[in-house]
Amino acid sequence: MKQKKDLGSIMKREWPLHLMLLPAIILLVIFAYLPMVGIVIAFQDFVPSGGMKGFFTSQWVGLDNFKYIFGMKDFRQVLVNTLVIALMKIAAGIIVPLILALLLNEVSNKIFKKATQTIIYVPYFLSWVVLGGILVDILSPTTGIVNTLITALGHEPVFFLGSLETIRGALVASDVWKGCGYNMVIFLAALTAIDQSQYEAAKVDGAGYFKQMIYITLPGILPQIILVTVLGMGNILNAGFDQVFNLYSPIVYEKADILDTFVYRLGMLNLQYSVSTAVGLFKSVISFILIASSFTLAKKFANYRIF
Amino acid sequence: MKIKSSPARKVFLGVNYFFLTLVMCISLFPLIHIFALSLSSNSAAQAGWVTIFPVNFTLDSYQYILSKPEFFKSFGVSVVRVVLGTVLSVALTILSAYTMSQPDERFHARKYYVWVFMVTMVFSGGLIPMFIVIKSVGIYNSIWALILPSAVQTFNIILMLNFFRGLPYALTESALIDGANHFQIMMKIVVPISKPSLATVGLFTMVNHWNSWFDGMIYLSDTAKYPLQTYLRNVIQSVDIASIDLTSVSAMTNVSQKTVTAAQIFVAIIPILLVYPLLQKYFISGMTLGSVKE
Repeated sequence: MKQKKDLGSIMKREWPLHLMLLPAIILLVIFAYLPMVGIVIAFQDFVPSGGMKGFFTSQWVGLDNFKYIFGMKDFRQVLVNTLVIALMKIAAGIIVPLILALLLNEVSNKIFKKATQTIIYVPYFLSWVVLGGILVDILSPTTGIVNTLITALGHEPVFFLGSLETIRGALVASDVWKGCGYNMVIFLAALTAIDQSQYEAAKVDGAGYFKQMIYITLPGILPQIILVTVLGMGNILNAGFDQVFNLYSPIVYEKADILDTFVYRLGMLNLQYSVSTAVGLFKSVISFILIASSFTLAKKFANYRIF
Repeated sequence: MKIKSSPARKVFLGVNYFFLTLVMCISLFPLIHIFALSLSSNSAAQAGWVTIFPVNFTLDSYQYILSKPEFFKSFGVSVVRVVLGTVLSVALTILSAYTMSQPDERFHARKYYVWVFMVTMVFSGGLIPMFIVIKSVGIYNSIWALILPSAVQTFNIILMLNFFRGLPYALTESALIDGANHFQIMMKIVVPISKPSLATVGLFTMVNHWNSWFDGMIYLSDTAKYPLQTYLRNVIQSVDIASIDLTSVSAMTNVSQKTVTAAQIFVAIIPILLVYPLLQKYFISGMTLGSVKE
């Protein structure tokens, strides 16, 4: 009976804390946990008319939806596109910021350094709707400034966002444009954290700038490089919905359609709710495994943890 | 004594400055170009004469969008969602982070609640189940569909939770002994000393709300309720020139879809540029905010 009395007095003392958490918990239940329950429709033939009740009343079809998607020719293409685009983005998203951070680190003029950083971060804070609108305009094959330049130099205009050869390059390049500031900050912070006396010692020993870079700078920021790579790997099925959705078009689906855009079209446009959810679930399960293993790796190699 | 730079080093530094200047130009050029386009005449824009300076300077494109009620309306919707969404989100962040930052002996159920939050960071229902829920709970096609689903920002809560845990224990302990309740302690002690961190979290919540467009697209059926970014997406995607009603402004021969879209894009960027100095200031500190480890 003592246990029970303790519980009662604990509740009496701590109920305000429960009350303070209540609003957030209610919202989480409705907008996070209810949709999780809704994942069951991936195994059902969901009837949309009943709304949420359909989660419990729709007919179960086992793995039929999954069999259906694995049999789709489009699905395999979409999976390949997702992996290729994501890998290209991860690679470019490390190499470019790394080079920029190394070069910027050599700059001694503080104002120039600050100005460069300020300008490189700007696109990071703009939405893909805005950046997409800008890109569609400047890359337009007829009136875009880029193609005006290309034709002025005597070449044929290139439809960057509308041809299968260039769309992936355009996606990767524009992703670097928007995102490179973020990783650059991480690398720059790591570079400034390197013990400067190492460089002094290396100079005394007669090591040139190149040798200093190979033996001091790169090893010094290796943990951050590994960290960014590993965390990127966890996102390999996220090839960037916001970006692709604002830059692709039916002519380039073959090379640019990714899992998330596929889920969107299946669900919101074709109204194949169950099939769309099955694709989403497939993606979530693989992503979860990748994220869990990448965090384990990140902890092991870079001693990194978010919590 | 300063070591003299070798000639090779000097060449490298020269090339380095040149290269970084080039990168800056490439990065900034599209934004300046769009701005210049929005201030140029239609004929110059179509002919591709505009680079970084307006050609045949005109404010007609801005005049045209100012005459469009839809543009104003969506701008207003965006302002409302930013204000409402940020206030609600920050309030929930403070409440949740404060309670869950309590030591276990003050809040015995703490660790169970932490789990409830953490699970939502890893798992989600996905697009369609979320859509069905939104429709079923009756907020479809209302501004609440843009605010409530993202109101609990677990990542921000964890950032603030870690920050609150770094505050001295004695600070709140003495107040508790003096008989203050948790709400008073939160509002009078914890929130005031955490203002800079809360400002960071609030600022990024604002930017996220301003930049959101997809929720507007799928949770609103009425285009008149679209926030600016969703409205803008519609404008950009409708390549059909007929979608812009030029007949109503037939007097303005200087506007075209190209210049009008440029003007609308630029207006959507302005709020971000206004808070940009703050964003940059908090960009790095925001990234390290969560790394306060006990």
